[in-house]
Amino acid sequence: MATLDSRIPEGHLFEKWSNYKAHQKLVNPANKRKLDVIVVGSGLAGGAAAASLGELGFNVKCFCYQDSPRRAHSIAAQGGINAAKNYQNDGDSVYRLFYDTIKGGDYRAREANVYRLAEVSNNIIDQCVAQGVPFARDYGGLLANRSFGGAQVSRTFYAKGQTGQQLLLGAYSALSRQIGKGTVTMYPRTEMMDIVVVDGKCRGIVTRNLITGEIDAHFGHAVILATGGYGNVFFLSTNAMGSNGSAAWKAYKKGACFANPCYIQIHPTCIPVHGEFQSKLTLMSESLRNDGRIWAPKKAEDAEAIRNGKKKAQDIPDEDRDFYLERRYPAFGNLVPRDVASRAAKERCDHGFGVENGGAVFLDFKYAIERLGKDVVEARYGNLFQMYEKITNDNPYETPMKIYPAIHYTMGGIWVDYELQTTIPGLFAAGEANFSDHGANRLGASALMQGLSDGYFVLPYTIQNYLADELHTPRMDTNSGEFAKVKEDVKAHIEKLMNVKGTESVDSIHKKLGHIMWEHVGMGRTKEGLQEGIKMIQELRKEFWEKVRIPGNANELNVELEKANRVADFLELGELIARDALHREESCGGHFREEYQTEEGEALRQDDKFAYVGAWEYKGEDVEPELHKEELKFEYCELKQRNYK
Amino acid sequence: MSEVQNLNLTVKVWRQKGPKEQGHFETNELKGISPNSSFLEMMDVLNEQLINEGKEPVAFDHDCREGICGMCSLYINGHAHGPDDHVTTCQLHMRKFKDGDTITVEPWRSAGFPVIKDLMVDRSAYDKIMAAGGFISVNTGGVPDGNAIPIPKKDADEAMDAASCIGCGACVATCKNGSAMLFVSAKVSQLALLPQGRVEAARRAKAMVAKMDELGFGNCTNTGACEAECPKGVSISNIARLNREFLCAKFQD
Repeated sequence: MATLDSRIPEGHLFEKWSNYKAHQKLVNPANKRKLDVIVVGSGLAGGAAAASLGELGFNVKCFCYQDSPRRAHSIAAQGGINAAKNYQNDGDSVYRLFYDTIKGGDYRAREANVYRLAEVSNNIIDQCVAQGVPFARDYGGLLANRSFGGAQVSRTFYAKGQTGQQLLLGAYSALSRQIGKGTVTMYPRTEMMDIVVVDGKCRGIVTRNLITGEIDAHFGHAVILATGGYGNVFFLSTNAMGSNGSAAWKAYKKGACFANPCYIQIHPTCIPVHGEFQSKLTLMSESLRNDGRIWAPKKAEDAEAIRNGKKKAQDIPDEDRDFYLERRYPAFGNLVPRDVASRAAKERCDHGFGVENGGAVFLDFKYAIERLGKDVVEARYGNLFQMYEKITNDNPYETPMKIYPAIHYTMGGIWVDYELQTTIPGLFAAGEANFSDHGANRLGASALMQGLSDGYFVLPYTIQNYLADELHTPRMDTNSGEFAKVKEDVKAHIEKLMNVKGTESVDSIHKKLGHIMWEHVGMGRTKEGLQEGIKMIQELRKEFWEKVRIPGNANELNVELEKANRVADFLELGELIARDALHREESCGGHFREEYQTEEGEALRQDDKFAYVGAWEYKGEDVEPELHKEELKFEYCELKQRNYK
Repeated sequence: MSEVQNLNLTVKVWRQKGPKEQGHFETNELKGISPNSSFLEMMDVLNEQLINEGKEPVAFDHDCREGICGMCSLYINGHAHGPDDHVTTCQLHMRKFKDGDTITVEPWRSAGFPVIKDLMVDRSAYDKIMAAGGFISVNTGGVPDGNAIPIPKKDADEAMDAASCIGCGACVATCKNGSAMLFVSAKVSQLALLPQGRVEAARRAKAMVAKMDELGFGNCTNTGACEAECPKGVSISNIARLNREFLCAKFQD
C-alpha cells in the first residue's frame, strides 16, 4: 500500500529550500558518469532537466515522441513567464508571488513547494537571458513586463506572443549542447510504453520506436517523467495532437499515485468550436485581457439577432453591452483568474446571451485602439491578431474577437513529494505531469515558471539525494528478468489492440469520449452527471475494445496504433477524473460542482472536509482505486474565500 | 466566421511505403469539406475515409496545430505550406481553395530530408546542426542578473525576429539548391545580435556551417525563395549576417 510522505523540510517557510540544499546528499563529480538518468519528454521540464543533469556529468537518455526535442508542446505557450524580480518597483516580492499562487490555486497546493517555486523564479529569468532568450525590452535596454490574471503587479516576462517557444528553444539549445558533448543521448520519435520496477524501485522504461515499431528496454538509476498534461482526454483542447497521458497512466498502473485528476483548467480565451471535423482548439493569449474588454449583449434579443446574422457586434451600442467581468469583479475586472473568467462566460451563454452558435462572447479591442492607437495595439498583439484572422477570417482591429473557454491545462497529475519523487522510489515527475504547485487552478504565466523551475533548479538537486545511495547499483541487463517481462507485456498489449479488428476509427471513439467528458465532467459538474458520465465511459471503453479498427501492422510506422494506445489509456483516465470529481464535494479552482456555490455563483470550498490532496492508488482492473489523503497545512497564509471584487 | 458552401475536392497525395521504396500519387475524391476547416483537418477527413474503406491512412507530420511547433510540412500545389503567406500547413484554411479544385500534396523533397513514409520526412539534420554550435555555452546556475547587461531594444527585437524560426524545413524544401542557410543564419543571427552570444560568435558560425556542409545541404545562391516561403517571415538579411560572421571568423583563423 502506498503511503504519502511529503518530506517537507523542517524550518521556517523562507528557509526550507536553503536548509534542504545545505543538508542533502550529493554525488561527487567522478561518480556522476557512472549513473544513468532517463528523462521522458523534452519540453521545458524534461529538456531543462536533461540539459542540466548532462552538464553536471550524469549519463542522460532523453526520449520524445516528436521528430525533435524542439517540438514539445511547451513551445505553444504564448503569453509569458512570471518571476518575482520586482523590476517594476510595484511591490512585488517572493512572498507575494507565493501568496498569489496559493490563492490563485484556491488553497489546494502545498505551501513549501509553492514558496520554492517563487524563490527560484528569479533564477529562471537570469538563466534564460544568459542562454540568449530574446525577452522583450524597454528603450533603456532593460527587461519589460506585462500583467497577467490573478495578480496586481506586473511580473510577467515575455518574448512577443511566443514566450513558450523562446524558452523552449533556450532549453533545446542547452540540450543540444549536451547532445553534442555526448552526455545526453536523444531518442526522438520514441514513445514510452511502460516503466520497469525492480524490487520496488523504478529502474527503467520500455519504449516503442515509432518508425520501426521496435520494442526496446532502457535501464536508468532513476527515471524522470516530464510528459505534460492529459487535457486531450477531452479530444478537443489546446494541447498538441500528440499530447497524451499515457506515461503518467502507465506509472499509475505500476503503483505511482495519481493526485487531484479532477483539477483541469479551462482557458477563457480560446477561439470557439466551428464544426464536427475540428481537431483542436486554439488559444488566444491571456495577455489580450490586458487591453481587451470582454462583453456579451445585455439584451437576449440582441444576442439572438447576432446569432442569426441580423446584427453585428458593432451595431450594439455601449449601453447595451454587458461587460460582465468588470461588472462582477470591479477590482480585477478583465484580469480575474482563468477559472473565474471561464465560468462567467459559461454563465452568460447558459442564460442565452452567447453569440456565434450560442457558445461565444466578445473580446473587444475597440476601446484599446481608441485609447492607445492602432499602432500600439498592433505592436503588443499583432501576431495574435494575425493568427486569429487566419483562422476565423475576421479582422480583430475592426470587429471584436469571439472567444469561449476550452480545456487547456491539467493541474492534477502524478503525486510527488517535495523532492518531486513519486510513490515509486526512483521515479520522479516534473512539469505539468506532476500535480505539485498549482493547486486547483493555475495562474497565467506560471506553467512555464514551474516547468523550468523543476527542470533547471529543483531536480538537479533533489535527484542527487536519491542517486547518492545508488552508486553501488550496477547497470542491469535489459534483455532478461523484469525488463524482458515488461517488454513481453507491452508486445501483448499491442497485439491485443491490433487484434480487435473492428469497424470504428480511433478518432471516432476519442471524439465520443470527448463529448462525454465535456458534457458530464466539464466546467459545471453535478453528482448525477458525474455518475452518468462514469457509466458512459465504462460502456465506451467496452465499445473501444470490441470495435476499434487499426489498419496496418505493429512492426512499422503506424500512427493509428499510436493513437489507439493513447486513447485506451484516456478511456481509463477519464473515469478516474470523474471519480475524483464525484468524491470532491466542494468547488475549488478548476473544479466546479454546481451543488457547491455561493449565492453569487462563486466556487464554495469545504475546507473542513477537503483541504487535502486526493491521491489515487491503482488496485487492479475493474477494481475501485484507493484514495489516500495528504492533508494541506496552511501556516503562512490564511485560508480565505477567494475574492477578486 | 462566415457561412460558406462546403467544398468537393480531388486530392492527389504522394504515397511512399518507406525511404527506399518507389513512391506514387494516389487520387482521392473528398466531399463536403468545410471552408472553415484547416488543411490538416481536411487530411483527417481523408484519413477517416481511407480507414473506413479498409485502406491505410496517409502518414504526415503534425502536432501543435497552431503554427508554432514546426512539425507540419507538406508541399501543396507547388508551395511549401501551401498557397497562403506566412502560415504553416496547420493554419492554412480550406477557404483558400475553391469547390472542384484539384490539390496536389507532396512531402518536402530535398537531399537533406529523406522521406520516411508518405508525406513524413526526416529532419534530424537540423538537430545535428544545432548540436554543433546552436547555443551559448552556459551551464545552469551561476549566471548574472537578467538586467545586468542592458541590450538595445532594436537589437533585442531583431534577435527575436530571427529567433522566431520554427525549424520546419520549408526553406530547404523550397530552395533549388537544398540549402539550409536561412535556418542556420536565423540561429547564428539571434545569438550574434546579443552581447551574451557575441563571446563565441565566430566559433558558432564556423561550427554550424561546417556541419551543414557535412550533412549534404546545398549552397546559397541568393534567389530569395526561402524568405518568400518561410511561414514566419524570417528575413534573408540573416544570411548576409551569417556570411559576414563566417568571413570574419575565417579571417581570425
